[in-house]
Amino acid sequence: MSQLKQFFNSSIGKKLVMATTGILLILFLVIHLINNLLLFGGPDAFNQNVALLESIKPLIRVIEVILALIFIYHIYNAYKLWWENKKANPEKYAVSAKKENSTIYSRTMVITGSVIFIFLVIHLYTLWGKYNFGMEGSENYFEVIKTLFANPIWAAFYFIIMIFLGYHINHAFQSSFQTFGWSSKKYTPLVKKIGTFLAIIFAVGFASIPVYFFLISLGGQG
Amino acid sequence: MSEKNIDLTLNIWRQESPEAKGHFEKFEEEISPDASILEVLDEINNRLEAEGKAPIAFESDCREGICGTCGLVVNGHPHGPLPKTATCQLHMRNFKDGDTLYIEPFRATAFKVLKDLIVDRSGFDKIQVAGGFISFNTGSAPDGNAILISKELADQALDAAECIGCGACVAACKNSSAMLFVSAKVSHFALLPQGKPERYERVQSMVKVMDENLFGSCTNTYACEAECPKGISVLNIARMNREYFMAELKTGTDE
Repeated sequence: MSQLKQFFNSSIGKKLVMATTGILLILFLVIHLINNLLLFGGPDAFNQNVALLESIKPLIRVIEVILALIFIYHIYNAYKLWWENKKANPEKYAVSAKKENSTIYSRTMVITGSVIFIFLVIHLYTLWGKYNFGMEGSENYFEVIKTLFANPIWAAFYFIIMIFLGYHINHAFQSSFQTFGWSSKKYTPLVKKIGTFLAIIFAVGFASIPVYFFLISLGGQG
Repeated sequence: MSEKNIDLTLNIWRQESPEAKGHFEKFEEEISPDASILEVLDEINNRLEAEGKAPIAFESDCREGICGTCGLVVNGHPHGPLPKTATCQLHMRNFKDGDTLYIEPFRATAFKVLKDLIVDRSGFDKIQVAGGFISFNTGSAPDGNAILISKELADQALDAAECIGCGACVAACKNSSAMLFVSAKVSHFALLPQGKPERYERVQSMVKVMDENLFGSCTNTYACEAECPKGISVLNIARMNREYFMAELKTGTDE
């Protein structure tokens, strides 16, 4: 057991934790996005799906707990790494050449990650919390979302965060492949392209929801 | 010979001792474009000594890019801005008249500045001692074709063996991670038949010592590969990860 602990506390073990939890979170985002896109099908299509998920609520609750643990481990491990790495490299050079030797995506993971973390807490409160533990009349999840994004501040907030998400995923996907050791001259260029493709799909896909509902609210009808 | 000398402003890091607070000292120099950056430092030192001042401390040995002793950070680039070039091979023709250069030591908690531009890289020695060798006698040079190694494998092993252990990867990394160095050493043994029997013990003990010596963790920014004077590929890091995972799975399973 202590050997296993040693493994996960090694620099490579911590990488593996980031990569594994990260890939699982990407899988979650895929499912999340598919569900979101049902919003374009109108209130009936979306609420029917909500009702379906409601019918298997105990299972959903179990998945939510697992998902929360994955999120927590991913975030905790990231901050631990960030803190240790800061200690390993406290002094900066007089002239920075970072722009020339690495991508902005790779250098800003802790920043984009932190923004997404803050968003996650707010997002859980504004939608998930409101629906699950919220006021009366929240049976209609579609309405809850529609009302939220009629507010331009909320719509803009969600929209901007999704750009950060795209940045995060663009580095994350190919980085996890490298961590698993699945890198080669042959496949890595393709993996990088798939990562960028996923990043764009996530950013555009998720950001389209607040934009859509905000535009509807301008039209004055649903 | 290039015809015209160039004027450069050099800001060079001076630090009396590991504990002392360092600062940049400014030198205005007229330099031959054919001089290497180490020769420029030699010239400045000759003058400083003639003036009775302390010369700038820096390391160098072979001056032909293969020993890994020299290592300066020039304008934020370990070994200077020219790709795949060690400091000693960096000539002043790569700079323009009127340029300002900042010359600093490698910066990392694991590489303590000893004096001026010299850092303590004994952390690398400790990692090497932990497993960067073959512990049994491999005999004299084997007969040709007695041990068959494919060209592809030999190329990969020799590419990894190109690592000169200079520490530029640590200096370039925002986390001061030594993974490129360690992975090059792990790869160059793990790929060849002579290195295979000890591959798992090797990767485990080298990573352990790396972690103990205040090097940071890798976050895949690949700055190391971009700055490496020998162009060591980050694919070696992926290979080291695989070796490490296999080592974790294989050791302690056969009781």
